[in-house]
Amino acid sequence: MSDERKKLVEVESLRKYFTVKGNKLFEKKYVQAVESVSLFIYQGETLGLVGESGCGKTTLGRTIIRLYEPTSGRIVYDGTPIFDSEQKIRLNMLKYRRKMQIIFQDPSASLDPRMTVGEIVGEALDIHHLTQNKNERRDRICSLLSEVGLNTEHANRFPHEFSGGQQQRIGIARALAVDPEFIVCDEPISALDVSIQSQIVNMLEDLQREKGLTYLFIAHDVSVVRHISDRIGVMYLGSLVELAESYELCNHPIHPYTQTLLSAVPLPDPEKSRARQRILLEGDIPSPMNPPSGCRFHTRCPYATERCKAETPVFREYSPGHYAACHLLEQGGSDR
Amino acid sequence: MVAYILKRVAGSIAILLLIMVVTFLLMNAIPGSPFLTEKSTPEQIALAEAKYGLDKPLYVQLWNYIKNYCVGDLGTSLKMQEGTPVKDIIFHQGKFALSIKLGACALVIAVLIGIPLGCIAAYYRGSWIDGLLRVLTTVGVAVPTFVLAALLLVVFSVNLNWFPTLSGSLPDAKSYVLPVISLSFYYTCYIAKLMRTSMLDAIHQDYIRTAKAKGVKTHILVLKHALRNSLIPVITYLGPVLAGIITGSFVVESTFSIPGLGKYFVQCVLSRDYPVIMATTVVLSALVIFMMLIVDITYKLVDPRITLTAKEE
Repeated sequence: MSDERKKLVEVESLRKYFTVKGNKLFEKKYVQAVESVSLFIYQGETLGLVGESGCGKTTLGRTIIRLYEPTSGRIVYDGTPIFDSEQKIRLNMLKYRRKMQIIFQDPSASLDPRMTVGEIVGEALDIHHLTQNKNERRDRICSLLSEVGLNTEHANRFPHEFSGGQQQRIGIARALAVDPEFIVCDEPISALDVSIQSQIVNMLEDLQREKGLTYLFIAHDVSVVRHISDRIGVMYLGSLVELAESYELCNHPIHPYTQTLLSAVPLPDPEKSRARQRILLEGDIPSPMNPPSGCRFHTRCPYATERCKAETPVFREYSPGHYAACHLLEQGGSDR
Repeated sequence: MVAYILKRVAGSIAILLLIMVVTFLLMNAIPGSPFLTEKSTPEQIALAEAKYGLDKPLYVQLWNYIKNYCVGDLGTSLKMQEGTPVKDIIFHQGKFALSIKLGACALVIAVLIGIPLGCIAAYYRGSWIDGLLRVLTTVGVAVPTFVLAALLLVVFSVNLNWFPTLSGSLPDAKSYVLPVISLSFYYTCYIAKLMRTSMLDAIHQDYIRTAKAKGVKTHILVLKHALRNSLIPVITYLGPVLAGIITGSFVVESTFSIPGLGKYFVQCVLSRDYPVIMATTVVLSALVIFMMLIVDITYKLVDPRITLTAKEE
């Protein structure tokens, strides 16, 4: 069923390593922020991405739109490879900056404090020559601002004069300025008050419906991601461990880490909450500078075997549209 | 804005009064007298002190200073030719102008070279360019001015004979070169270091990523977005530097034999020329305070988030 839909973004074996200084002189170490991630995003869908802090969600999002230069792998946008480390393809991104945009987590930090809102939104218009003259430019800025629920007179103010929710609206208006097709929403609501969060989420959903946008929605809050996403990917320590349709993933998680993550989501019903058995993990998340051998989750996995320590599990499809990377599944031993 | 400036001016007058009192007390705390020489007898000293009112109680002397300053009378020198007004020494004999000319050149150089150097180092962080600049600026901050000045003098004036050894009253462009380099080197390096740090900070901010996501070209990214946001620490530093650098440097002026204010001021302290010390201190303090005010107003221009209010919050 899903194969007829168009894949807008395809990512294959994407790696992003950051170099850091080691303890010894001239020693270089690598933080393996994103390790061999493969996924695709259908046009018009929302792909949710969850995982605990420091698991590489944000890095993955930024690397896909090449705000970070990937270490290796392949990124295909709308059929055109924009990055391929094997074929040495590194397209100039300027053309694609019009199509791929990002909304950042911290709205106040992501807006240049020295520029007025009008300048922030208008800069993108100027770079891509989207308006012919000053009047058109001004009209476009005003319409963008009203589209995200701000007043047109806000254009002459500076970002610090706004509340967090309004700042995030400015960030969204800025991303929409170039009429993008694909937007990476990098935890767009986690810096906001709960009351504002739902406003922004609803607005993002409305915009998606109106403009046919495709989202990569990154968050650490499973409940929000479940609400907004068509499909959900789960990341652990730089790797994608499971990916499936939202309903499927939330109700039939097959990877032990996903099961743990979901068991930590608060339930609104205290009765159910008490009755539920929570899976608690032992130990801390290992350092991505020195990740565990084999399956990266084996140090904390309650079902880990010798094979998990030695061999890296392959990310494969177990049932239609349901992908996971775990050795236990191959043996058919997971308690689904 | 106007209320803010008025409040600052009122505050400045209070500060100046305080500076006068402290300077006066410190001056008198130093043992010795302006008329103390090997030949003078106690009677002669007493006579001279009586003539200039130095035998009166301290508070009377202080009160006389303040009273006279209010009407713009800075007093007369005790040591220069009998009764030369201090005002003439500072302003009319060109000492002040000389120091300002020298300092202004040094400052312009420090800013025009320091800021780009800092930007370059930050942009190429971790590369050999950054490493080279780091060594250079660290040396620049560490080497004392008198060493640098003497070194420049020996190499470029004595050995190579490119520039005059005595700069004097700075008659031509050539005579400026060495003193300006000596005076500005430290500040150039310090500004470059400051700039590098705050530029690095700015480059890693999310709004730089936002700009990159918009498709802004790299050099515009650095010049437009990062530079404007990283200037604040440099401006803060420029306030005191501005005042310090244009009021003259004793070391540089002595080394190159420039009869500027900095050199003269130190001589006056050594010879206990009370009225001149007092006047110089007050004039320099007023300058520093004025520069601070300018800096605070500049903040507002650079960073719209800063509001200048007359009220305490």
